[in-house]
Parts: sequence; structure tokens; C-alpha cells
Amino acid sequence: MTAYLKLDHIDKSFARGGSTTEVLREVSLDIAKGEYISVIGHSGCGKSTLLNIVAGLTPVTNGGVILEGVEVNSPGPDRAVVFQNHSLLPWLSVYDNVKLAVDKVFSGVKSRAERHEWCVHNLDLVQMGHARDRRPSEISGGMKQRVGIARALAMQPKVLLLDEPFGALDALTRAHLQDSVMQIHASLGNTVIMITHDVDEAVLLSDRIVMMTNGPAAGIGDVLDVPMARPRRRLELVTDPAYLKCREAVLKFLYERHRFVEAA
Amino acid sequence: MSVSVLKTKPAQPPRQSAEVVTLALPRKAVKPSRLQAMAHSLAVSVVPPTIVILLLLGFWELLCGGPGATLPPPSTIWQESYDLIVNPFFVNGSQDIGLGWRVLISLQRVAIGFGLAAVVGILMGVVIGQSVWAMRGLDPVFQVLRTVPPLAWLPIALAAFRDSSPSAIFVIFITAIWPVIINTAVGVRNIPQDYRNVALVLRLNALEFFGKIMLPAAAPYIFTGLRIGIGLSWLAIVAAEMLTGGVGIGFFIWDAWNSSRLSDIIVALVYIGVVGFILDRVVAGIGAFVTRGTQAA
Repeated sequence: MTAYLKLDHIDKSFARGGSTTEVLREVSLDIAKGEYISVIGHSGCGKSTLLNIVAGLTPVTNGGVILEGVEVNSPGPDRAVVFQNHSLLPWLSVYDNVKLAVDKVFSGVKSRAERHEWCVHNLDLVQMGHARDRRPSEISGGMKQRVGIARALAMQPKVLLLDEPFGALDALTRAHLQDSVMQIHASLGNTVIMITHDVDEAVLLSDRIVMMTNGPAAGIGDVLDVPMARPRRRLELVTDPAYLKCREAVLKFLYERHRFVEAA
Repeated sequence: MSVSVLKTKPAQPPRQSAEVVTLALPRKAVKPSRLQAMAHSLAVSVVPPTIVILLLLGFWELLCGGPGATLPPPSTIWQESYDLIVNPFFVNGSQDIGLGWRVLISLQRVAIGFGLAAVVGILMGVVIGQSVWAMRGLDPVFQVLRTVPPLAWLPIALAAFRDSSPSAIFVIFITAIWPVIINTAVGVRNIPQDYRNVALVLRLNALEFFGKIMLPAAAPYIFTGLRIGIGLSWLAIVAAEMLTGGVGIGFFIWDAWNSSRLSDIIVALVYIGVVGFILDRVVAGIGAFVTRGTQAA
């Protein structure tokens, strides 16, 4: 059986001046439809580069990304990205930010009324329907990220790419958003790749956790299955042995086997 | 102790509840304070400039009031140029018209020249901001050309167009275009990569990117350029009209000088200053309206 999304022997090096820096080496991963994958690793290990490669924003040096049997090497709405700093356009209202994406992606497919309804539907999905006429500067960081997620979901992507989506949020807001994302994933069954540096977040949300070795020339060190039934409840997990075991495995990987080497 | 205090408090309100005076007092206090605040802000913005202008006029009157003064004092200007000051829109013949008309004629030239400069400048700025090679090639040329004084272009323009009116408009154009180009280019270059990524993921085409991302994102920079440009245009039109003739405000000054009407020149200077100020404010106001929300990310 072929994978839904296949990362096939991806190498990436950046050339600047005369010197080349090898960032990723031999990254291969098969992802099934509807799977929630987290990529975790120390900062600078090339997690974001990997995500940008899947998104098509960064070209690969060798290898390729294959989505449903077709190689993808340029960005497109089938791989919607939720950026770390939300990347909402500040001159558009919350609704118009989503509308921009919907109008572009569904221009020939949906009627004007259908597009409007789809925008409203997606904003309701992330519980932002009440703030649709506000501008990004008028809402909180958590709300901005919700709108970013709504914009990405509204594209009906084959793969949803989350680049440290909750990194800039406080712990309580982050927990709220994680619950929202879990609900959305449960009801829509999206295929998700999420970059994170938060061990708890990775274990809570993921079906599999991809742990990356340290750069330069980082690769996949280990892939951990998270064998916990869904829906998962934050409070019950605290004492769940499977949860603790996964958590321990990731922590061990990050802090024993691949300690972060301080840059000299 | 604290308990006894709590007990006495609920006993007091029923006794005071009958008093209406306590409610009426703050109401009286609120209304005058609003009026006072308005009057206060008006006074703050109007009174100091008025005092300064009166002082300057008085000083000027003292300085030029005596015999042998080379420039007329305000009182003489008021007498000699009474009709120019009081009625900006009189028409007594083809060359004897109010300063309001002359300003409008000059503004028309500025509108054409500056309008062209805005459109061409923004488009060229976008090209330079987007393309590294266009920037490398064109930037040095622009940096040299933009230092050329507006009037130095006039002979070239006269030679090329063989007519004074298009030459004046060309001088406006060539004066106003550089700040528009340079500021637009900087604005386009400073569009955050995040916005570009959004456009890439959505697969916006060049036209959509231009209209939906680039223009709004660079708008604060563009309007800074336009504001500098309109100021320079107004500077250049007066100088250009002095040399090319016609019926604009610039030529009026030159004409008044040739017929030794110093009072008229001073009135014209005030007109030019006020109109330049208004132009600046209008462009700044449009900019503030258009870019609302853009700067707060």
C-alpha cells in the first residue's frame, strides 16, 4: 500500500557564498490519511525547514514529497499552513482573511453565497464567529491563531501543516486551542503534521511522534507510536501509564540520547 | 471593630436615599465640564498661533512701518491688496483674476503632474522593490537623478515639448516621482515573508498579489512618498510657472515683481503657504484613512 503523504529521502542543504550547510539528510516518512504527526526536536534541527519543504515553500536538494501519488514541489492550498505567528493580513477583518483564501480556492466551485457560508462555518468551527468583523490587531494572540487555523481549514487541505502553532501563546490559551484542534481533527479527520517543541503537546495530540536528531544534517532519530485511544482527555491522561510512558520516551530521546549541543 | 463598622453602614443609606440633591450635583458638574473641555481644546489649538501671528504682524509693522523701509508693512499690504485678500474669485479680464483662480490653475497642473508621478512612481517602485536586478540597475541612476533641482529640468522639457504648459507639468512630474519610487520600493522590499508565504500557499497570481497583498502592505511607505512628492510638486510649480508664464500663482508673483507690486507678492506667498499646507494635510489624511489597521500587525 502506498502512503497518503510520502517524504522520500529528502536532503536539504543551503548554499551561501562558498560554503554549504547540510540541514536535513535522508528524511523519509510515510504518513497515512487522517494521521496526526508531530515533529519534535531541539531548536535549529531543521523541523521548520522540513515543514516548509512539505508546504513547498522551500525546494528540496534531493528527494521529494509525494502526496496521493503525485510529487509536489510548489506551494498550494492542498497543503495549508498555519504559521507560528498567525500571518493574518492586518488590513483585512477576520472574516475577510478567511474569505481571501476561500475566494481563491473555491472561485469556480462554490457560488458567492456558498463561499460566504463556508467562511462563516469555518470561523464557527474555531469559535471565532462572534469576532468576524474585527481586525487582527483587535483580538488576542490565541484568537488570531484560531483565525489562522480557520483560514487553513477553509482551504480544505489534504494535509494541514502546523508550524509551532501554539508556541507564542500562554499555557492556558494553548490548552484551549489544543482541545479545539483535537476536536476538529476528530470530526474532520484531517491529515496533520505539527511542528512542536512541547513534549506534552506532542504526546497529547499525536498518533505518531517523529523525533529529530540534532543538526547539522539532522534526520529522523526515532518515530514513536502513541497508542492512546481517542478522544483523549487532558485531565485523565496525567495518570495514564501509556501517556507517561510516551512522555518518558520522548524526554529520554531529547535529553539523553540527543542532548541539545549549545552553540559555542 | 471592623464588624461594628459593617453594621452601621447598612443603617445609613435608607436615611440618605430621600436626598435628591446628591444626584443633581454631579449632573450639573458633567455638562459644563464637557463644554469646558471642548472650549479648552479649541483654545489650546487656536489661541497660541493667533497670539504668535499677531505678535509677528506687530513686529513686522514696527520693522517696516518707518520711512525708508524696503518692504511694505502689513497695514500697507491690507490697503494696497485689499481686493486680492478679500475676494479670491473675482474676474476682471483674462489677466486680472483673483488669486483663488490662479491657485486652482496651478493646482490643476500639479494634479496632472503629480497624478502621473504617483502612478508611474508606484509602478516603478514595485518593480524595483520586487526585482533585485531592477534595483541594482536602476537605483544608482535614480539616486543621481533625484538630486537634480526641479528647475534644471525645465530647459530640457521646453526643448522637448516646445510648449510651456506641458513643460511645467513635466517639471512637477520629474520632481515628485523620486520620493514615490524610492519609498514604494522600500515598502515593497519590507513586505514580511509571512505575507508572501500566505500568497504562495493560496497561489495568488501576480495581479492578485499586487492588489491584495503588496499595495496594502506597502501603503504606509507609499503614502510617505506621496506626501513628500506633493510637497515638492508645490515647491516646483511656483518656480516653473515663474519661468513659463501663463496664469498660475507662480507667474502672478513674477508679474507682480515686474510691476513692483510688493504687497501682492506677499499676499500670494500667504496663499501658496496655506495651499501647500492643505495639500500636505489632504494627502496625509487620505494616507491615514487608507492605511488604518495596516501598521498594527
